[in-house]
Amino acid sequence: MTSIAKPPVRHPGLHKNASGFTVRDYEGAMSTLCAGCGHDSVTAALVQSFWELDLPPHRAAKMSGIGCSSKTTAYFMKQSHGFNSVHGRMPSVTSGANAANRDLTYIGISGDGDSLSIGLGQLSHAIRRNVRMLYVIDNNGVYGLTKGQFSASADIGSTSKKGEANVQPPIDPVLLALTLGCTFVARSFSGDKAQLVPIIKAGLSHNGLALIDVISPCVTFNDHEGSTKSYKFTREHEVEIAHADFVPLRREITAPATDEAVSVVTMHDGSTVRFRKTAEDYDPTNREQAYAHVRACQMRHEVATGLLFVSEEGKDMHAVARTVKTPLVDLPFAELCPGNDALQKLMEKYR
Amino acid sequence: MSGINDFAFKMATVNGTGSASANSLLMQAIFRMGIPVTGKNLFPSNIQGLPTFYEIRASKDGYTARPEDVDLIVALNQATYAKDVATVRPGGYLVYDSSWPMEPDLVREGINIMGIPFGRMCVENFETDRDRTLLRNIVYVGALAAFLEIDMDIISQMLVEKFSKKKRLFDANNTAIKLGYDYAKANFQCPLPFHLQTMDATKDFIIIDGNTAAALGALFAGATVGAWYPITPSTSLMDAFTGFCQKYRTDAETGLAKYCIIQAEDELSAAGCVIGAGWAGARAFTNTSGPGISLMQEFIGLAYYTEIPAVFFDIQRTGPATGMPTRTQQGDLFSLAYASHGDTKHLVLFPCNPEECFYMSPIAFDLAERFQTPVFVASDLDIGMNDWMCRRLAWDDSYRPDRGKVLNAEQLEGVKKFSRYLDVDGDGIAARTLPGVHPNGAYFVRGSGHDKHGAYTEDSDLYQEVVDRIKRKFETARGAVPAPEFHRQAGADVGIVSLGGCHAAVMEAIDRLRELGIVADYMRVRAFPFNDSVKAFIDSHSSVFVVEQNRDAQLRALIAIETGVPRDHMISVLDYGGMPLTATTVVNAVSHHKAQVHA
Repeated sequence: MTSIAKPPVRHPGLHKNASGFTVRDYEGAMSTLCAGCGHDSVTAALVQSFWELDLPPHRAAKMSGIGCSSKTTAYFMKQSHGFNSVHGRMPSVTSGANAANRDLTYIGISGDGDSLSIGLGQLSHAIRRNVRMLYVIDNNGVYGLTKGQFSASADIGSTSKKGEANVQPPIDPVLLALTLGCTFVARSFSGDKAQLVPIIKAGLSHNGLALIDVISPCVTFNDHEGSTKSYKFTREHEVEIAHADFVPLRREITAPATDEAVSVVTMHDGSTVRFRKTAEDYDPTNREQAYAHVRACQMRHEVATGLLFVSEEGKDMHAVARTVKTPLVDLPFAELCPGNDALQKLMEKYR
Repeated sequence: MSGINDFAFKMATVNGTGSASANSLLMQAIFRMGIPVTGKNLFPSNIQGLPTFYEIRASKDGYTARPEDVDLIVALNQATYAKDVATVRPGGYLVYDSSWPMEPDLVREGINIMGIPFGRMCVENFETDRDRTLLRNIVYVGALAAFLEIDMDIISQMLVEKFSKKKRLFDANNTAIKLGYDYAKANFQCPLPFHLQTMDATKDFIIIDGNTAAALGALFAGATVGAWYPITPSTSLMDAFTGFCQKYRTDAETGLAKYCIIQAEDELSAAGCVIGAGWAGARAFTNTSGPGISLMQEFIGLAYYTEIPAVFFDIQRTGPATGMPTRTQQGDLFSLAYASHGDTKHLVLFPCNPEECFYMSPIAFDLAERFQTPVFVASDLDIGMNDWMCRRLAWDDSYRPDRGKVLNAEQLEGVKKFSRYLDVDGDGIAARTLPGVHPNGAYFVRGSGHDKHGAYTEDSDLYQEVVDRIKRKFETARGAVPAPEFHRQAGADVGIVSLGGCHAAVMEAIDRLRELGIVADYMRVRAFPFNDSVKAFIDSHSSVFVVEQNRDAQLRALIAIETGVPRDHMISVLDYGGMPLTATTVVNAVSHHKAQVHA
């Protein structure tokens, strides 16, 4: 999971979760990304989240397209199936897989090139279809594997390593998702694990597509002065609008009592997300307000983070299609094939 | 032609005016009289207002190819009238709407012209504009019933079936039929010299289109996920699948669906959904046409290289580019056989009619899962959208899907390190695992270079080991795909090779060639890669004709590339104007060539 090999002998003090796994069991192959890459921190946050949620690794499927971000699905949960598909098309592969087996936990990892340029249509339509999945965009504003071209999320005026300024307006996945009716929209920062982990956990409990845009700086091509996706810029301009604490259903609520106003959103599986309001009057269940806040931050050159919008009212792809609860892959053939008697009856209609 | 139960007639109308249902009614009525019949709907890429034609051929001998010329035309479209007059064979008949006087220059010598005031009768008998337009078609059904002696009891029975719950429509249709019938009887010599007589040749047959039959096949094969993007002429396949699923795959207790159909945002996405579902373990398919196949190329290569089952129904239309969306062709052979960049080769099936669309559906799913690869069913517009008389479909209840080598949880329990691309028995096929089944089965699908364990590689030898094995798999498939169908005759001196929808015309041509003294053996290729018998057949005939519906002789080229038979040993008979093939095209090409050789 990191760029540094870990000792094969496990620390005896590692805690096991309710499923009997240590955090090391959620790790994957060694990362081949550049040392210090934001994506590795996202991977670490994912590993932490899966462990905390007691997720059985083999019941999860890791989905990705092409790019630095898409490579990271190899760096966690080696006991899960992974699917590194084609550039920008992870959403459709996940849609089909989810149609076939609705019981798996789908974790889609994408990037700003993969999702906002070549795959913008696929992202939009996966949102429209409301495929139940976690959809993480590791957003660094550049194409890393092809050495530093601006991506569609680069801000106007943000400069490349060579000093050239980007002139085209950015596509903001958060604003896009809010517009398209996405029912779970968050933004976080790879350097803020404390914020990211509860958002990932809430996203995994969401009844639909949970989109998390993670500002994840590219240390090699976009971490310089003049970049608006650098560690420095993000730290200085991050504004956490609404801090979310995730409380799984089966755990007692042990969150410390606080003077802050707390609002609670109950997820479909009974777990809860508790919002400690950090921005005044922010209501994370109000789509219009979420849009306005994010837009206002953008105008002030601030990066709005947090679980920005959540609604458990929406129907996911299977609810809309009214498919059976049993995954389609588990239906016995006898239930699928009508048989010759039915066929012969039907043939009369073609006479 | 032009005899009892052996003639063709054609309706020239405007699309969007309701003629389609009248034409189906005519075809079905002839079918129910026990007479072999074919219908070809030659329609425009348009919803309303453009010329459309429907040809019906009755053939006591059971020929189902498109007729060469027509004995009678019902010319109800002013816009095409001049052309329609010219299409009637000499001595044939033309029916026109005599509500208005006919332009004198549209009269043709040597044919029989019969005027019937369809428009006026409709105005006098029906109230609304809509009824007057729609029922004009039913009036010509009545007139044709008189001209051709279609059994009126059968027509009445069909109206009862169709409008049993709509009394007003039933009455109106009945009136319209009678108007046409009575007018024809009162004003013309009925029946015409060519007409129908009840036979008993259709009782084991049905009338069905290829897209419906293919959808039915997918249903019976156990397909649960269908993903698609609307495109003519493939749309009716998913429409039919949806309808069948609603009927047969809705849980009786809960009303929930045992299938999932995704209308995707484009064909790329449709292909992605199918591959995702196939990877997860479902039988999944998409239906599309040439432009969609072009868009799916990258995904097809991914499925090929990562070895994921997927079924693609390509209902071919006239290309290139948008081409002629409502015209037929066999122009996608190259783009299917070698779809996607890099070294790729695919399994392609060539059904020749709706019956075979049905039976090839489960074969396609079995092959896809057994060989863990994309399989294409190359149908076309003529097969897919036209109504064909086919043998009644039957299902073998002992059929069980061939899921191929898939390791279950029990088998995986003892596996220490699962290697996804390891060929243990030499057939080129490695065992796969499905997500969610067992932790020991986990592996990482990657379209990037991988070794036999599934791990990333840029090593030449490890890369080649995998692609060479995939090639071996393709060789194994050669013997597993449907073998060619042979029609041999004693004393044959020529060989004819063809495929798909050309079959009906070739079969008829062979009979007509025999009458001309040319005895031909016929091989219908049913799949790619070619079975060894394909080369053997060509080698054993001194002159070989390859009949196909594209400009570039794609089947001939594929045979030359794949079997090593010299291309020039095969004479191409090409028909690519977009219309279903006629026997005459084949007869003329073969007989002219033979005449030239002998001259």
